[in-house]
Amino acid sequence: MSVHPEVIRLLIFLVGIIAFAALNAAYLVWLERKEAGHIQRRIGPKEVGPFGLLQPLADGIKLMTKQLIVPAGVDPVLFRIAPILVMIPAIMGFVTIPFSETLVARNLDIGLLAVFAFASVNVLGLLMGAWGSRNKYAVISAARVVSQNVAYEIPMLVTVVSLVMVSHTMNLTKIVGQQLGGFWHWNIFNFAASPLMPVAFLIFFVCMLAETNRAPFDMAEAESELIAGAFTEYPGMGFGVFFMAEYANIVIGCSMATILFLGGWDCPFGLYPGVHWFLLKMYFLIFTVIWIRWTYPRTTFYGLLNLSWKILIPISFVNLLLTSAMLKVF
Amino acid sequence: MSAFAQTQLKETFVINLGPQHPATHGVLRVKLVMDGEYIVEAEPVLGYIHRMHEKMGENRTWAQFMPNTGRMDYLHALAYNHGYVTVVERAAGIEVPERAEYIRVITAELNRISSHLLWFGAFVLDLGGFTPLLYAFDDREQILDLLESVTGSRLTYSYFRFGGVYNDIDENFVPGALAFIKRLRERLPMYHALVTKNVILRTRLEDIGFITPEMCRKYGATGPVARGSGINFDVRKHEPYSVYPEFNFDIPVYPKGDSMARYMVRMDEIEQSMRIVEQAIAKLPDGPVMAPKAPKILKPAKGDYYHAVETARGSFGIRVVSDGTNTPYRLKLRSPTFSNLSLFGEACQGMLLPDALALMGSLDLVIPEIDR
Repeated sequence: MSVHPEVIRLLIFLVGIIAFAALNAAYLVWLERKEAGHIQRRIGPKEVGPFGLLQPLADGIKLMTKQLIVPAGVDPVLFRIAPILVMIPAIMGFVTIPFSETLVARNLDIGLLAVFAFASVNVLGLLMGAWGSRNKYAVISAARVVSQNVAYEIPMLVTVVSLVMVSHTMNLTKIVGQQLGGFWHWNIFNFAASPLMPVAFLIFFVCMLAETNRAPFDMAEAESELIAGAFTEYPGMGFGVFFMAEYANIVIGCSMATILFLGGWDCPFGLYPGVHWFLLKMYFLIFTVIWIRWTYPRTTFYGLLNLSWKILIPISFVNLLLTSAMLKVF
Repeated sequence: MSAFAQTQLKETFVINLGPQHPATHGVLRVKLVMDGEYIVEAEPVLGYIHRMHEKMGENRTWAQFMPNTGRMDYLHALAYNHGYVTVVERAAGIEVPERAEYIRVITAELNRISSHLLWFGAFVLDLGGFTPLLYAFDDREQILDLLESVTGSRLTYSYFRFGGVYNDIDENFVPGALAFIKRLRERLPMYHALVTKNVILRTRLEDIGFITPEMCRKYGATGPVARGSGINFDVRKHEPYSVYPEFNFDIPVYPKGDSMARYMVRMDEIEQSMRIVEQAIAKLPDGPVMAPKAPKILKPAKGDYYHAVETARGSFGIRVVSDGTNTPYRLKLRSPTFSNLSLFGEACQGMLLPDALALMGSLDLVIPEIDR
């Protein structure tokens, strides 16, 4: 009996994706702590392993050995299902992301749509976990998460729609394919399509921060207001899974920014395009995300919604109109 | 329930902020009646760390109560020591040498700077910015090292004695203090660039969390809280004690009354305290640091004495009643944070939870000092 080679390929990719997501989640925590340390003029983790490199492992073991307490009074089904519902879509998001011309698990024609569809399930998981906790802080956090994600998905998707109009496709590999050949071909500098392209990138980046609940938009987990927000009641690995999903979502968000605006695996000056350029750009964006978190204080909730509805959404619509007009004229 | 709460009779819920909550900086508990994220009513619940300092005062000798004063407000312990030694010296009629008073002012003002620096870091932490806390701690560490070299401890100093100070400053203290002031003068613009001018911080503090001068008078708020509401009152200027009249310094007053005003008052006070320290070091006289005839066993004359000092949080008043024995007959402490917190319930009505917590942070609470 012979197995179809495509099945084996998919299995390998699936294992690879899960490993990639888990490894990133673990080592982005290390990077975050190390980077925060250097920003704050201290060393950061250094005891466990060389440069504290085994710290994520130690953290993981610690979280896994903790008892998974399901507090009395919580909704047992929602409480247990929520971390899974946050983690699985985060991993599924990796399926259609092309890391290089060949390194992609599933090259779908609706790849762009698939990533954003999976990304928006994340909110549901957070809402269920928070609501199921029956904790007042968690419920406040749940209300915040939903309105925040609704508010920020609109400018994000409007920006993406204008990009789809430029590239005439939703296939992520083809979108990158159109940007190859040096940084002046990248969408961020595609002034022929719309002079507002760098602004569109900025909008996308800000929305990505808000969608992944990162500072300065970490309303869901505002620890000086809501203790731990949606995760207040979660012990051990239940919390750990939420935490990993947050980092997996950051990786997806930065990958999408790289693919849509920064030319994916393209080299800025036309030398050796490949997966290393993709990772370089992605990790640079992740570095920036962490940098922002340790520099700025948190916004307020209404400030966040005002920013979206009064600034980001109008600008993204102007960008959409401008792009369609430019495409019609030229 | 207040009148405001009754007009909001709809679906409210009660949330217990504390006694274990990251924003309350200790064991303060605030009972909040909330309508969604809006605060309908807030009631601070005190007493979780009550240690009966006043009663303790009646049970120990005058000198034995001395360390207690530093443990009320551990962030500006020297000012509390200062208030207590001054009132007892007045009761017992002890003359303090001038050099000792200068040293008291220098160390107390350095301590005030360290208290404000810690508040600055903790306040920005309340607003979600973690990094400034560690920068402020870095600077505070320099002060603690300096004070440790003269007083022997880093937090609760008990450095002053009836009639002077325990120990003369060493030869490294004055250059160290001047070097620190030079360093902080260079660091303050960095704080202003990183934090004060930050647009997120400004939108969170400006025009939010108003405290009116009437509220301050009603609840007896003093210190930076009152000065942020336009009340020009500072014990160091208006009821001068020690050698403060010798120095040239300003009282920063911001009339607006929002959270930003209180923030700016404290940031300006750091600069004014540095001015006082510089002038005191320039004028520092020679001589003894302890009154030669300070009695070993203190029995102040019968009477009722009151003295107030300006601490980092406001006016700290201490009243002692002596019946001529070696223990106080009655000891009453008027702590500033207690009054400053009392207005929280009225000031935060109708505010959103994050803004109310910013307001609470701007009051600069030290919980052991509320409960005493």
